[in-house]
Amino acid sequence: MDVALWIEWIIKALILVLGLLTGFAYLTYMERKFLARFQNRYGPNRAGPFGLLQPVADGVKLIFKEELIPAQADKLIFMAAPIITTVPALIILGVLPFGGVVNIMGREVPLSIAGNLNVGVLYIAAITSISVYGIVLAGWSSNNKYATMGGIRSSAQMISYELALALSFVGPIMLAGSLSLADIVEEQMRIGWFIIYQPIGFVIFLIAALAEINRAPFDMPEAEQELTAGYHVEYSGMKFALFMMTEYIKMIVVSAIAATLFLGGYHLPFVTDQPWGVWLGPFILIGKIILLLWGIIWVRATLPRVRYDQLMAMGWKVLLPIALFNVFLTSVIMVLFPNWFSH
Amino acid sequence: MLIDWIIFFGLAVVAIASGIGLLLSKNAIYAALNLIANFTAVAIFYLILAAPFIALAQIAVYAGAIMVLFLFVIMLLGAERLGGTSTLRWQRPLAIVLGLILIVETVLVFINRSGAIAPIVEVTADFGSPAAIGESLFSTYLLPFEVISVLLLAAMIGAIVLTRRRDQKA
Repeated sequence: MDVALWIEWIIKALILVLGLLTGFAYLTYMERKFLARFQNRYGPNRAGPFGLLQPVADGVKLIFKEELIPAQADKLIFMAAPIITTVPALIILGVLPFGGVVNIMGREVPLSIAGNLNVGVLYIAAITSISVYGIVLAGWSSNNKYATMGGIRSSAQMISYELALALSFVGPIMLAGSLSLADIVEEQMRIGWFIIYQPIGFVIFLIAALAEINRAPFDMPEAEQELTAGYHVEYSGMKFALFMMTEYIKMIVVSAIAATLFLGGYHLPFVTDQPWGVWLGPFILIGKIILLLWGIIWVRATLPRVRYDQLMAMGWKVLLPIALFNVFLTSVIMVLFPNWFSH
Repeated sequence: MLIDWIIFFGLAVVAIASGIGLLLSKNAIYAALNLIANFTAVAIFYLILAAPFIALAQIAVYAGAIMVLFLFVIMLLGAERLGGTSTLRWQRPLAIVLGLILIVETVLVFINRSGAIAPIVEVTADFGSPAAIGESLFSTYLLPFEVISVLLLAAMIGAIVLTRRRDQKA
């Protein structure tokens, strides 16, 4: 195989992972700052100008914390669970296109690791479905009733909302006629962003994704008042940091997927269509991700946590039927007006 | 290709080791984790065989959905410690005999294999692509596909009927 291709892939993978890690650090800062503003406070403002060094201070603090392992814990799984949680969140964006094809020193380089993979959306669904293991195993191996309760809650919640989430992928797949995310973005360049054609699908995706990543108002697995912190109650130091990191990286990941499936990905009309606009693609995608992240934080600041039975009833009795109906509606419209779509 | 051989035998070791680990685990959670590792290794075999769709379906359905349900049930029932004695006494001798028969048959097939291995067929670009699989599912294999969907529906209704509590009968 071409050696240059290997180097290209390694560089892209490094950029992706480092970008996600930096994104995580500054997303914690962004969340604390925004939450503070929503609650009429200042937020972190001591470490560095505007508190910008706060994530660094947090990181240093967590490194020096003592790592505790409960005496009755299942040691092997207890140690492995944070890693099992982190890896899926880091690799899921491998199929996301961050931009078109650029020319670097006479070499055609697509700005994604495997954006044109012909099973891209399925890859996302597959990785999503295995990302629940880390949380379940962390809860179980801690040998703590609150942690186990949190783990069981989160597995039940993620199984329930995965169905609606996967069904909300179907709309963009049908419109683009492809499982490849690069094709989905290119079709959106042609006929307009899919949020126009899939408003119901977009809302279902957002709700199901919030539940899938255990964010407020669906943060039942770590409800502080009842479970103290849920599945990661026994973790400390860097293992705890890995769980926090995964939660924030998952926020970035679902925002990136929402932006790609429904909001045109790296495309912005009249800008990225120009020959000089190719390099702007990743920045436009990041801009959309930040807007969606702001929405997620806003939701957390506004809505109270839903009760557990309400959560389950909503997932199975409301979200799933609407998602199925959305798939039905999309297919009917595509059959009735075949000229609107390319295939 | 040397790399293909290394990947193949590495995966084979993982698949067999996790299969044996599944059988020997005393703890049901470890058994389930071994099974997940086994499913993942098999999924990567499918990838090597140029079938990405099947590979990812294997991960999403087996390693993902089904095994999460298994873990969920094991944890919910607190059934992770298996009992020491088996209730079915005739099961172990029978399993050993059947396993031996399988091994002998495999060895016989290898010894009596006539001729060389069939040459490797170059696959076309759209081999195993979602579109190709979808087309064959809805044309060549339409009847089995629909039969399976009816079967799954019947199983689903059966599960709902069985778990219905008596006092809820309307």
